[in-house]
Amino acid sequence: MGNVISFRDLTLGYDRHPAVHHLDGDVPEGALLAVCGPNGAGKSTLLKGIAGVLSPLAGHIEGPTPAREIAYLPQAAEVDRSFPIDVYDLVAMGLWRRSGLFGGIGRADRDRIEHAIAAVGLEGFETRPIGTLSGGQMQRTLFARLLLQDARLILLDEPFTALDAGTVADLTALVERWNGEGRTVIAVLHDLELVRVHFPQTLLLARMPVAWGATREVLTPTNLNEARRMCEAWDDRASACAPSHHTAGEAA
Amino acid sequence: MYDLLLSPFVEFDFMRRALVGVLALGVGAGPIGVLMMLRRMSLAGDAMAHAILPGAAVGFLAAGLNLWAMTAGGLVAGFAVALGAGAVARATEMKEDAALAAFYLVSLALGVLLVSLRGSNVDLLHVLFGTVLALDDATLLLIVAISSLTLAVLALFWRPMVLESVDPGFLRSVSRAGAPSHLVFLALVVLNLVGGFHALGTLLAVGMMMLPAAAARFWTRELTALVAIAVLIACGSGVVGLLVSYHSGAPSGPAIILVAGGAYALSVLFGPVGGLLPRLMPRRHLEA
Repeated sequence: MGNVISFRDLTLGYDRHPAVHHLDGDVPEGALLAVCGPNGAGKSTLLKGIAGVLSPLAGHIEGPTPAREIAYLPQAAEVDRSFPIDVYDLVAMGLWRRSGLFGGIGRADRDRIEHAIAAVGLEGFETRPIGTLSGGQMQRTLFARLLLQDARLILLDEPFTALDAGTVADLTALVERWNGEGRTVIAVLHDLELVRVHFPQTLLLARMPVAWGATREVLTPTNLNEARRMCEAWDDRASACAPSHHTAGEAA
Repeated sequence: MYDLLLSPFVEFDFMRRALVGVLALGVGAGPIGVLMMLRRMSLAGDAMAHAILPGAAVGFLAAGLNLWAMTAGGLVAGFAVALGAGAVARATEMKEDAALAAFYLVSLALGVLLVSLRGSNVDLLHVLFGTVLALDDATLLLIVAISSLTLAVLALFWRPMVLESVDPGFLRSVSRAGAPSHLVFLALVVLNLVGGFHALGTLLAVGMMMLPAAAARFWTRELTALVAIAVLIACGSGVVGLLVSYHSGAPSGPAIILVAGGAYALSVLFGPVGGLLPRLMPRRHLEA
């Protein structure tokens, strides 16, 4: 199997300050990859880069995966919860790439929408305005929308934050099902226990990649300490990074 | 009853024209106002109206009370401000409201400067307060054309416009339609304000957009119903306002907007969705 996406000396950041620094590596097709690291390690930034929301400061992201085959669930989804729209319509937006600006939503599409809503356990909530949903129900709704996007590469940014155990278990099962269907999933996660149980591959990031490989070899006390140490606040007076000053992370 | 409600329209041609004008305005401005409100752009319309004023005034100074000159002036100023502010908001870190404030203030100052160079003119009051009782054929056609165009464009772009309001991040991740659809929406706002200012004046034209939308919010949580109610309130205010103005001799533009304001006040008080009275008299909570 080939790679869905490859990083070549990738640097991503804001205002010239790197948040992900000199990342190299490949994500093979069908991987179930967790991205871990302390706050400010560049995990969300990396997902934004892959999703194409943020352009690299240097280096590049290669991959045969076209933008429309990537589904991205940002950390704080910008959903306006006060907007008068119901669960069904919000989930239906997952069909955007298929139906586009003007395309109709036919019988088969309606079946798929109902299927997706059922898959996340929200039957009976179709006509509920999104403003009345709990945090967990909202996240389930967004997962149903991801389901409809039918993407080959799925990016999840802290998808289980502030959710109860039952919801996390249901949504993790969905993630594993996606992976079982051959889709690649890259998820930013803080719950290391969850990562150890469900994610075979892990990238430990502290702006620089600390380690990347099999989860049990990556999430060692030594690596975790190293990550915490490396991830300090940015320096306002940092000088420009020389092209040669570059340590490549090991590829998976 | 007949004398009160129908005879003004049956007897006078200018009242029939005014009627067609306000109904057309209401149909176009209703849905635009709802989208503005849901995007938290309620005050952006006001800023845009101020931006249009100098353009219309310049058109007036250049060609007198000429429909096309004033329309063109208003459109140019409105588009310049809307597109400029929209472009700055998307290309830089500045939020759209701040960009809009900066642009419209410059436009307004420029307009005042230009007008004062040419001395004042009473006819300029037409630009400020509109002449809904003196709409000629060309103006009426312009207004009707603008609302037809508005409805057609809304029908085409409804999906991205709604999605851009609910979840702009998602729209960005699946399509590039976000920015263009937002600009199309701003263009519609400008068009409707320009159509409205011939009838109601530049400053009051916003009232036909925002008041019905704000009132409708108290009656439903459903998007389609919201639009329908806003259109009904806009058209109703137009008709009632014309009648009030006819019978009392009050200027028609302010009368129409005041009626819409009355509809808003009633909605605030009695509206079942978050209105004041239903809140003050809470019913027993449900079992589940």
